Amino acid sequence: MRLEIKDLRVHYGKIEAIKGVSVVVNQGEIVTLIGANGAGKTTMLKTISGLRPVTSGQILFDGEDISKVPAHKRVDLGLSQAPEGRGIFPGMTVLENLEMGKYNRKNRRAEMHEDLEMVYHLFPRLKERTSQSGGTLSGGEQQMLSIGRALMARPKVLLLDEPSMGLAPQMIANIFRIITEINKQGVTILLVEQNAQQALQRAHRAYVLEIGKVVKEAKASDLLNDPAVRAAYLGTGAH
Amino acid sequence: MFSTLIDQFWSLTLSGIALGFIYVLISLGYTMVYGVLRMINFANSEIFMFGTFATIVISRDFLGNVDGTKSLPLPKLILTITLCLLGSMLVSGLVAVFVELVAYRRLRARGTNKLATLISAIGISIVLSEFMRIITNSRPTLNPRVLEKKSLFEIAGASFRMDTVLTIIFAAVLFVVLDRFVKFSRLGRAIRAVSMNEDASKLMGVDLNKVISATFLIGGLMSGAAAFFYTLTYENTKFNVGFTLGLAAFTAAVIGGIGNIRGAFFGGLSLGLVEVYASSILGTEWKSVTVFIILVLVLVLKPNGIFGEAVQQTRA
Repeated sequence: MRLEIKDLRVHYGKIEAIKGVSVVVNQGEIVTLIGANGAGKTTMLKTISGLRPVTSGQILFDGEDISKVPAHKRVDLGLSQAPEGRGIFPGMTVLENLEMGKYNRKNRRAEMHEDLEMVYHLFPRLKERTSQSGGTLSGGEQQMLSIGRALMARPKVLLLDEPSMGLAPQMIANIFRIITEINKQGVTILLVEQNAQQALQRAHRAYVLEIGKVVKEAKASDLLNDPAVRAAYLGTGAH
Repeated sequence: MFSTLIDQFWSLTLSGIALGFIYVLISLGYTMVYGVLRMINFANSEIFMFGTFATIVISRDFLGNVDGTKSLPLPKLILTITLCLLGSMLVSGLVAVFVELVAYRRLRARGTNKLATLISAIGISIVLSEFMRIITNSRPTLNPRVLEKKSLFEIAGASFRMDTVLTIIFAAVLFVVLDRFVKFSRLGRAIRAVSMNEDASKLMGVDLNKVISATFLIGGLMSGAAAFFYTLTYENTKFNVGFTLGLAAFTAAVIGGIGNIRGAFFGGLSLGLVEVYASSILGTEWKSVTVFIILVLVLVLKPNGIFGEAVQQTRA
């Protein structure tokens, strides 16, 4: 399962937010898009999941252009997103939120139990909170719920939008550890992050996005040692 | 001044509850649509109005209940109530879906601002009521009596009239069914999900247009049921019947906290009761004045309505 974005352009009104970006995510990889605020990272993910319309370019999923497929059908193809700001349903319980993740699955009843167990195994905290309403969870728990909910659809490719946002360092480490674990179970991951340090440590390959354009593409470990990247995104400068 | 209220307290309370339930059902139409679209469906009053006419057409023309001087025999009565209730719900439900298709969907697809949708709502509302004005020549339409308004039994001096009892029981059942449906069914959950977070719902695979149509349909079904109970009790209707009732039901929805189903329940019942009590103390002519003074007071003291906080939480 390969996700390939070809020369993507996206507009907000008259402003071009994504200016011809090409990204490839190969089967089994964790690929990360890093960049500053306003670089277009979230717009990229929203466009891939169908929440934003494409101006031009292609989104190839397993070789097929899905850029015209409505958002609610892309999840059926195997593309799930844990959105920016987590996007959980605050008035629903943890269990109801997770069940929503399977909203459109044909075998949702048959798979439900098994997949709930899978999510609870990854995030034992969610099991303790199962009948608590989503709005009362802590930020870290909401992030777990958001990722867990996306996994309920049994995605082939998982899109993660700033999973570390607003979390304490320990929780960030925990979330990233689980992201690696999910990847090891065979889920391909496209990760958008401002926390470049963590993202680059976990990812196989990375793209650096600046005001709507890819300015650098490399193995994640190489970028981790790249002086320019360190100066711009890791806050430590060259050493 | 208070003697009527004291003497007839329980009777008044009972009819206040029946009226309140009619408000509850209509206000569900407003509140559910607001929940998913953040928009006031001004045509809801006309959706209700079409239901009242549907009831009369079915009872008077299809079933031939034209005599109106005495109560129908029981089997015919049951048939009439069933067909009128279902027919009225169906007509209002379909009108609601139609309104959404012609007046809102295209605007939404183009991403126009809320003001355009609001004007479109007022427009379709006028179209529907003027359409009815033309075919009825602006005259009220009577519903020949199908149910004698005799007292079934009395408790504490309150007479339980047949129409009041029917309204209360049926409406309460409908409300509970709706509340359970929204809470537990797959579609109900999708409706709640959309009202909490539209984008996240799409990511779950929820087809927004389907959910919106379903919401209009359900809101219409409820307003249609209200239309049946209204026609059964008041036995006449007019092209503009929805205006006052719609406004009152909208008020009930706002008092309860718009977007919140249980808010509509408490808003509707309290409004029905207040209206009846106020009429007995101050006279019927002060009814609307009291209702809207209460609306203003609620908005000043609790701008989000009585259940406003709950609404905020479900949306956060």
